Amino acid sequence: MGFLNNLINGISLGSIYAVIALGYTLVYGIAKMLNFAHGDVIMVGGYVIFYSMTSFSINPYLSVLIAVIVCTVLGIVIEKIAYKPLRQATSLSVLITAIGVSYFLQNSALLLFGEKPVNFTSVVNVPSISLFDGQVVITGEAIVAIVVSILIVIGLSLFINKTKSGRAMLAVSEDKDAAQLMGININRTISLTFAIGSGLAAIAGALLCSAYPTLQNTTGAMPGIKAFVAAVFGGIGSVPGAMIGGILIGVIEILGRAYISPQLSDAIVFAVLILVLIIKPTGILGKKVREKV
Amino acid sequence: MNNKTALAKTKMLKPQTKKSFTTYIMVTVVFVIMMILSSTGNVSSQIDGLLVPLCVYSILAVSLNLTVGILGELSLGQAGFMCVGAYASALFSIATKETILVEWVRFPLAILVGGIFAAIFGILIGIPVLRLNGDYLAIVTLAFGEIIKNVFAALYVGIDSKGLHIALNQADMNLEADGTEIIRGALGVKGVPNDSSFVVGFILLLITLIISYNYINSRTGRAVKAIRDNSIATESVGLNITKYKLITFALTAFLAGIAGALYSHNYSTLQASKFDYNLSILILVFVVLGGIGNIRGSVIAAIILTLIPELLRSINSYRMLIYSIVLIVMMILTSNEKARTFIVTNFGKLKGMVLKIFKRKDTAEKEVK
Repeated sequence: MGFLNNLINGISLGSIYAVIALGYTLVYGIAKMLNFAHGDVIMVGGYVIFYSMTSFSINPYLSVLIAVIVCTVLGIVIEKIAYKPLRQATSLSVLITAIGVSYFLQNSALLLFGEKPVNFTSVVNVPSISLFDGQVVITGEAIVAIVVSILIVIGLSLFINKTKSGRAMLAVSEDKDAAQLMGININRTISLTFAIGSGLAAIAGALLCSAYPTLQNTTGAMPGIKAFVAAVFGGIGSVPGAMIGGILIGVIEILGRAYISPQLSDAIVFAVLILVLIIKPTGILGKKVREKV
Repeated sequence: MNNKTALAKTKMLKPQTKKSFTTYIMVTVVFVIMMILSSTGNVSSQIDGLLVPLCVYSILAVSLNLTVGILGELSLGQAGFMCVGAYASALFSIATKETILVEWVRFPLAILVGGIFAAIFGILIGIPVLRLNGDYLAIVTLAFGEIIKNVFAALYVGIDSKGLHIALNQADMNLEADGTEIIRGALGVKGVPNDSSFVVGFILLLITLIISYNYINSRTGRAVKAIRDNSIATESVGLNITKYKLITFALTAFLAGIAGALYSHNYSTLQASKFDYNLSILILVFVVLGGIGNIRGSVIAAIILTLIPELLRSINSYRMLIYSIVLIVMMILTSNEKARTFIVTNFGKLKGMVLKIFKRKDTAEKEVK
């Protein structure tokens, strides 16, 4: 039964990774850049929820909504200030800028909220389910994480394939210049992508901090990198791929922590990334892109 | 007359030779000044403690610049290579403490061991990593750095009459009563001899600079620069891209390993948690501020960015924030077309004005004569 418990924990953690990975996958697919700061937007979302719940005693669900709005605006602002001037720059410069933004968010949070981790109160009030006479327990947080992530993946797939803005995103990810010639506003599409990704990061922040209730300035960094691993694993640019990759990474991490070594669980996740990139760099659902001169 | 021949001689020197010698002289002058100041007791103990770390950071920045500036790929695993070098050299020193008693024989060997082990790791990591490029390469080097740190932090190594014991926790080691623990997991290594000094650091920095400058201007270095500028064209000319990438990567790792050895012998204890992602980013900040591809700039940036926060305690808590802003602003200023033209035109004017003032002075002096 211990294995089943671990598996459920893994799937629930993986669902959170999936929600974060969606943000990476969208931005990578459309702006062709690795948004290093994505993980730190999660942390900002967590702090917004925490302070609106404790200092202003706002209803938890309303707090999540506020966090989504704040993070969406933050995502757009980051894109406008830091990434937009570098549209034509080399990927090296863009990556360094993204690392700078990530560092900026982390250290601003350190100065604003202090070094000490705060105790996050769960925003979820769903009762947990006990199976097999209490041997297997599924927490309310796990149920909510899994359900929310499935809903998000379905909603996002519908948005991308059925709406006009969504199809514009697809077109931009396929060929930026051709999309522009077809009358698609590239800047607006990229802004929209960052807005969606950052809004999802706020939701991921709520789920992550509810399941693991310590919140500090580096809370988002590691889950962010692991979610990127998940996005690569599933095939970068693919929405269902992010879900599959997220859940696999979550399960691998929890099982590795339980059966191999608690200190090495991060190392195991990174080893998976390296193996994936060596064996199948396009990931499970990714498309192969040929390099042209 | 004498002046003229000297002038002719400097004109005959290749520009890159001139550049490298200016750097050597600059570093030597700073070293001599610091030595004089510290021997006459004019340096606070705070600065005195920073002298070796300054050399460590400078070496790391120069070596990272080889990968970032010359090869044009971002490596975020610099701290990992440094960690390998630090551990390997520390273990070597502890193991040979009784057999090699002379410090100036043991320490260079330890440094060499650190560098070679780091280079081996660099090659092992480089073979899979260098098939990738851009963002993927960066994230994989980050992953390797984290793996190295995590593995060293979880490792227990002990030695007794039965031989070497390696385990993932203290109880599994099964040491005999006479055994000693060498690596104690997250607590790290204890009892590393304090062999590092500013003189050794300076010599290593100078060696690093000489290797780097000669490498950049060598045939291999030119090939690497060609790969940076257009890898497909380079490949079509018949150069083996992977080979040149691997050499650069291994050299970066080797120099980082040397820095690690210098670092580990400066403190008596060594913990893997010190070699985290933040350290890799810090080195990247040095490279970016000093100018990507500019070796001398890396050294200057490393020195300035290490000294200023220590000297101005009031800004110390904002240090990381300033670093992050440095990264963003430097990238926008150097990579954005508009920002670049703005700088070039305005600084061009400024330079012209300064030159005019100096020229006027010159002519005024001549008139007086």
